[in-house]
This record gives sequence, structure tokens and C-alpha cells, in this order.
Amino acid sequence: MNQPMPVIIDEVGVAERAARFKTRSIKNASKIAALKLTMSMIDLTTLEGSDSPGKVRQLCAKARCPDPAHPELPMVAAVCVYPTMVAVARKALAGTSIHVASVATSFPSGMSDLKTRIADVRYAVAEGADEIDMVISRGKFLAGEYHAISDEIATFKEACATAHLKVILETGELVTLDNVRFASDLAMRAGADFIKTSTGKVSPAATLEFTLVMLLAIADYYRETGKKIGMKPAGGIRDSKTAIQYLVMLKETLGPEWLTPDMFRFGASSLANDLLMQLRKQATGAYQSPIYFSND
Amino acid sequence: MSDRLPVLKTYKLYIGGKFPRTESGRYFPLRTKTGDLVANVSLASRKDLRQAVQAARAATGAWAKATPFLRGQILYRLSEMLEDRQEQIVRELTATGEVSTKTAQEEVRTGIDRIVYYAGWTDKFQQIAATVNPVSSPHFNFSVPEPIGVVGVVCPPAQGFLGLLSALLPVIAGGNTAVVIASGPSPLCAISLAEALATSDLPAGVVNMLTGDRSELLPHLKVHMDVNALSVWDSSTEEQCEVRSLDEDNLKRFVFSTSGAAAGPQPILAFQEIKTTWHPIGL
Repeated sequence: MNQPMPVIIDEVGVAERAARFKTRSIKNASKIAALKLTMSMIDLTTLEGSDSPGKVRQLCAKARCPDPAHPELPMVAAVCVYPTMVAVARKALAGTSIHVASVATSFPSGMSDLKTRIADVRYAVAEGADEIDMVISRGKFLAGEYHAISDEIATFKEACATAHLKVILETGELVTLDNVRFASDLAMRAGADFIKTSTGKVSPAATLEFTLVMLLAIADYYRETGKKIGMKPAGGIRDSKTAIQYLVMLKETLGPEWLTPDMFRFGASSLANDLLMQLRKQATGAYQSPIYFSND
Repeated sequence: MSDRLPVLKTYKLYIGGKFPRTESGRYFPLRTKTGDLVANVSLASRKDLRQAVQAARAATGAWAKATPFLRGQILYRLSEMLEDRQEQIVRELTATGEVSTKTAQEEVRTGIDRIVYYAGWTDKFQQIAATVNPVSSPHFNFSVPEPIGVVGVVCPPAQGFLGLLSALLPVIAGGNTAVVIASGPSPLCAISLAEALATSDLPAGVVNMLTGDRSELLPHLKVHMDVNALSVWDSSTEEQCEVRSLDEDNLKRFVFSTSGAAAGPQPILAFQEIKTTWHPIGL
């Protein structure tokens, strides 16, 4: 596989550009539209050692109908769980258009042999996952074994069959923007359908800066090949205000074609409740309290 | 005569343990009777109020769980911090010329004594409100008061210092956190009081101090779903009607008080909820 050319990123420029996206004044009608769009872009996620079938079913109920008082609000895009919970989620979401995403490939560290990680993907797909969130081997990436990264992504893509593949770069462990850009280019060329910032288990998780670099990589790749790759920032996006900043950045970087749940996702859990609170605040004019909204 | 330029204090807000300017960038001039400018005071906005409620909410857990004895110690420490600031508070109370120095001095002394008074009550009001209840089953049934949560405190316009303390102290002595709208006519001492609060080991967010227009902020405080109770002082009948009519979905408790009302544990208990426990016995 031909390797991409490394691109050098201007860190100061990226930081300044990212900061500009925080300064937009969003008027009320646009805000309400953005809040609803964000809801439809959420991969509602639970990735805890303590996940039980009951908890996953509860999460799925929330995914189908985020606010029982307002059934007209959009459903989320997908529910994201560990492979052993895929079947539970698939059953709970039967009859809806909500996707079931599963993390696989020895999430979150990726520290297993390739065979085990492939089996992990196959198992999740067999259980009914139609989206697979894989992690790259950051250790190998940092050691310069870029071919190995390309190969593992291509192998997992094959194991996915028809399922969509999201490649988690874990930007917090790649450290530099140059690395993030290079890993994005590798992932897209090796067959990623989406590139995703983080597992949510490492700090820092998603930031505007990391995401901007990845969006620009997507733009360049689209210009070169005509292929549209999706983007998923995940981890640390807890409030509506931050989510809207991401949408502003998305629209101004990639354009309105990417402004759909097919091309952009938020990996989040508590974000959904904040969206509901903000939507109700817009409707009633009164600031809301989390105690009146269901726990995930 | 010295030609040194005086360093004037900027009167900001007190939110979450920090002293931010108002988000709105609005100020109102505080003037003497003859129209001379005393200071530009922050005119807090709805967003400032939201930030303050958020800070108060974040502070509820730790302050409610702090032992009553510790709460008393911290309040006592507040009185220590203010003892040395008496002159400053008097200066701020008399700055507009509405209050005489003698009256202000008396007010400040009474205010500091009131802090010590409520510091004493922090670990005693529970014994007065708690009950053992007779029940017709083999249970030991008892009720204890617990803090209600975030309380909006709307201070009396008169007596900027003593009035504020009389309104605030029962709320925080009982383990609640507070969002305070200080007196409109004498807002300066509220911010100096906040400086004393910030150095009294009172956790950040337990008291949040806003200066501004009471009639602008009160409705937002009333309809805010994350505020559990309102303590409104020296309210006109019209204001009381307005507060009661706003947003009937919101069932928060409101208590209207008048300055000079009786002290004792009652003002503390007004912002407590009673928890009853059924403990099986004799089995």
C-alpha cells in the first residue's frame, strides 16, 4: 500500500483557527435546529466494565425516545456498546433505524495479537453490529511501524464485511498534530469509513484542534479521491455549547454535505441530556435542572 | 499634600469562589444625594445568574455533608475576618450619604454579632426540629431536617450589610448554598463581604453574590428549575403576587420575610426539608 506523504501542521495556526469557531453568535432558530441535529448525530455510548443488559436496554430506550414528553424530537444515530452487549442492543432497537455500533479490536488499548483482535471484530459483527469502532495500535504507530497500522486497518475492514468501520486514532496518545494528521491519512487510505478522535478512556479526549486537523485531512482526501470519509469526535463533549462549536467547525471546514448523521457523529452519553435541557429552555424560557431528566 | 493617584476598587461579582466581571459588561453608577459618582457597580445579567446557580449547585454536596460543627467554625471565622474590616464596611455603607456613620457602625457590629449567633446554631437547630414519632408498628420512627439545596436570597434594600447577613446566614448555616441578589441601594459592602467569605474557608460556590436590578433578576431566579427555594426580603405585595404567578410548573418553596423578624432557629428551619426514617425494632 502506498503511504501518504507526511503533512506538517502549523500548531499555532490550528489553535487560533479552532478558537475562532467558539466566537460565533448563534441565533435562537439556528440554535434549536443545531440542537436537534446534534441529537440525531449522537452515538449514545456506554463503555463501562459495569455495563449490564438492563443498563444497555435502558440506554436503548433513551436512544429511541430521548424525551418521552417530546416524542417528536429526533432519535440518536446509534448506540455504542461493547461486543458482548451488541445482541441486547440489537434486540432493544429492533424496528428502528438506529444503528448498533460496537467497539472491538481489544478496545481501548488494542494491545492484543492480531488474531484475537480480528476475532473480536467478527464476533461483534456476528452479534449484529453494523458499525465497528476499532482502535489502532498507538504503540506501533509511535514506533514508526506505519505499514503495520495500514495492514491492520485493512484487515479489520475486511472482517467487517458490510459493517461500517470507524478508526479510533486516540489523539490524546498520538500527542502531536503532525501524528494525528498522518494517522488520519493512513486510516483513510487503508479503508476507514469514519475516523474518530478518541476512546474516551484517555485524557485529553476530543478537542476542537485535533478534530480540525482530522477534518482538514478528510477535505484533502476528498479532493484527491472523491471519497467522503465521516468524522466522529468522542469523549469530553458534554454540553450543547461545545457540540454546536463542532458543528460550526464542520460546516465551515467541510461544508453542509457533511452536516448529516451519515457523515458526522458525536460519541457521547451525557450530551443527550444537556441537549434536552437546552431544548426545553428554548421552549419555556426557564433554565432547567438535570434532576428532571432521566439518567442514561 | 500627596499627589499619589488612589487605586480604586472595581466592584465585581462573586461566583464560584472567583470575582468575575458581569458577563454582560453592564454597570450602574452609584451616586451620592448630590449626584457625585461613588462607584460603578456590576449590573448582573441573566447569564451571570445562571453561572451563579451552576456554581451553587456544584457546591451543594460537599457543604451539606460538612459536619455542622465545621460549618459553625467557618462562620465564626467569617466574623473574625470582618472584625478588622469594620471601617471599610462603614465607609461603604455611608458612601452615598443616606446612612449616618453612627448608624452604620451600629449596623456592622450587630451584623458581626449575628454571624457568631448563627455560627452557634449550626449544630443545634437539628435537635429542635428533629422528632421521634409515635407509630403503631414495631418501628423506631424519627424525622431529621436536611438542607433543601440551592436557595435564591433576595436581600432587603435597607441595611445593605445587616440585612444581607440576616437573609444569608440562616440559609448557609443550615447547609444550603446560596445565590444572593444584594441590596440595590447599598451594593458595595456585599462585595467586601464576599471578599471576607472567600478568605473564611467557605468552599467556593456556597455563596454567590450578584449586584444588580432586583426586579430584573428575581423572575429568572423564580423560574430557574435548579433553584430549590427562594428567600425574598421586604417584598411589596405587587412583587409577591408577581413571584407567585410566575411559572406554575415550578413548585419551589418561597419564603417572604420582613427585616427585624424574630431570630432563633426558625429562619434556618424555613430552608430545611424533613426526612423521616422507619427503623424496624423488636423483631
